[in-house]
Amino acid sequence: MSLTKQQIAQRIAQELKDGYYVNLGIGIPTLVANYIPEGIEVVLQSENGMLGMGPFPKKGAADPDLINAGKQTVTIRPGGVFFDSATSFAMIRGGHIDLTVLGAFEVSDTGDIASWKIPGKMVKGMGGAMDLVAAAKNIIVAMQHTSKDGQSKLLTQCTLPLTGVKCIKKIVTDLAVLDVTDEGFVLLERAPGVSVEDIKAATAGRLVVKGNIPEIVLA
Amino acid sequence: MNKVVQNAKEAIAGIESGMTLMVGGFGLCGIPEHCIHALTETELKELTCISNNAGVDDFGLGLLLQKKQIKKMISSYVGENAEFERQLLHGELEVELIPQGTLAERCRAGGAGIPAFYVPAGYGTEVAEGKEVRAFNDKPHLLEYALTADFAIVKAWKGDTHGNLIYKETAGNFNHPMATAGRITIAEVEELVPAGQLNPMQIHTPGVYIKRIFQGTHYEKRIEQLTEQ
Repeated sequence: MSLTKQQIAQRIAQELKDGYYVNLGIGIPTLVANYIPEGIEVVLQSENGMLGMGPFPKKGAADPDLINAGKQTVTIRPGGVFFDSATSFAMIRGGHIDLTVLGAFEVSDTGDIASWKIPGKMVKGMGGAMDLVAAAKNIIVAMQHTSKDGQSKLLTQCTLPLTGVKCIKKIVTDLAVLDVTDEGFVLLERAPGVSVEDIKAATAGRLVVKGNIPEIVLA
Repeated sequence: MNKVVQNAKEAIAGIESGMTLMVGGFGLCGIPEHCIHALTETELKELTCISNNAGVDDFGLGLLLQKKQIKKMISSYVGENAEFERQLLHGELEVELIPQGTLAERCRAGGAGIPAFYVPAGYGTEVAEGKEVRAFNDKPHLLEYALTADFAIVKAWKGDTHGNLIYKETAGNFNHPMATAGRITIAEVEELVPAGQLNPMQIHTPGVYIKRIFQGTHYEKRIEQLTEQ
């Protein structure tokens, strides 16, 4: 069984450590906030200018001056703080954010990522994605392993316009957890019931399989 | 010192067709809605707007797009706007897309007298085309130039008659860096008080950057994506 979007988020949440400052992108990455392990404290950064982002407001309590980078109304947690956009990206660019989680259309086996533009479709812009991938020390991509018509999104070379080069270190897909190293994609874990052969068939880029590959365990 | 003007119409006096404007806000959060409205009531055209986003069809900079007053947008993200898309696809509008952090820093640099700087964002992508690349600590960076504007238009929560500004929550966003980078910066505020009434230890934007300030009334503060539990 391949993982659902919620389960991809749940697996990524296992990578969080106490005291981490984390930037979560739009889509599956946003769901990671729902699975922060008990007993650890993580501070969420929103690049429009906030540390300590909290959940959506209660019904009727939405505040138009308090939004996240996806322009959704949110709340702030105790200890949170607001700041301007230049300060926000200074803390990103300066390497002060411990982990960035974002989505992707394609990732290459050298760690390139394409996530912002599909030629021929309306170009909306890169927002903060290029700044985040160029600067973060630790980036996890949350994505589907293949497109709806079965084409691999884990490639030797991205076909779509790039967001950043040689920057992705870890990927969690609906089928597998992989590291990106000099040797290519290194298979670390597979979704329950998904075989190594299934993952090989779904991966177009170089795939390294060493020893027995355990199944993903979700708490 | 007399920075206080009566209203948005008076505040935007001197803006001419073809000028470059910085407009603060992120999405619809913290946008100078009264000045934008006042601009729609002029015949100004061919404006270049530096703004993180382009509003929605019927609010924010979308209103200036509807009236075809904008020639060029310099932004990081411009979704959520059908008229924008139509003008772009018909070649009626120029768009320059810039990584969001680079955009913010280009404004900051413009206000801080730093003509150019290097950042890693965009290296190896189409953003890098035509730009100088230089490695620092083995990591490639792009040379990016400062941005300034003929006018910067920002919105704050509270301001005083010296132009000192305090923003509310995430509504500070691009307002602060843009406030520093306008040759003339206009601030509209929800509450304008006499100098001395704001706590000097809590000012976000010092008044030195602000040339004109006024209090707006009846802020709509439209929410773009209402999300509740």
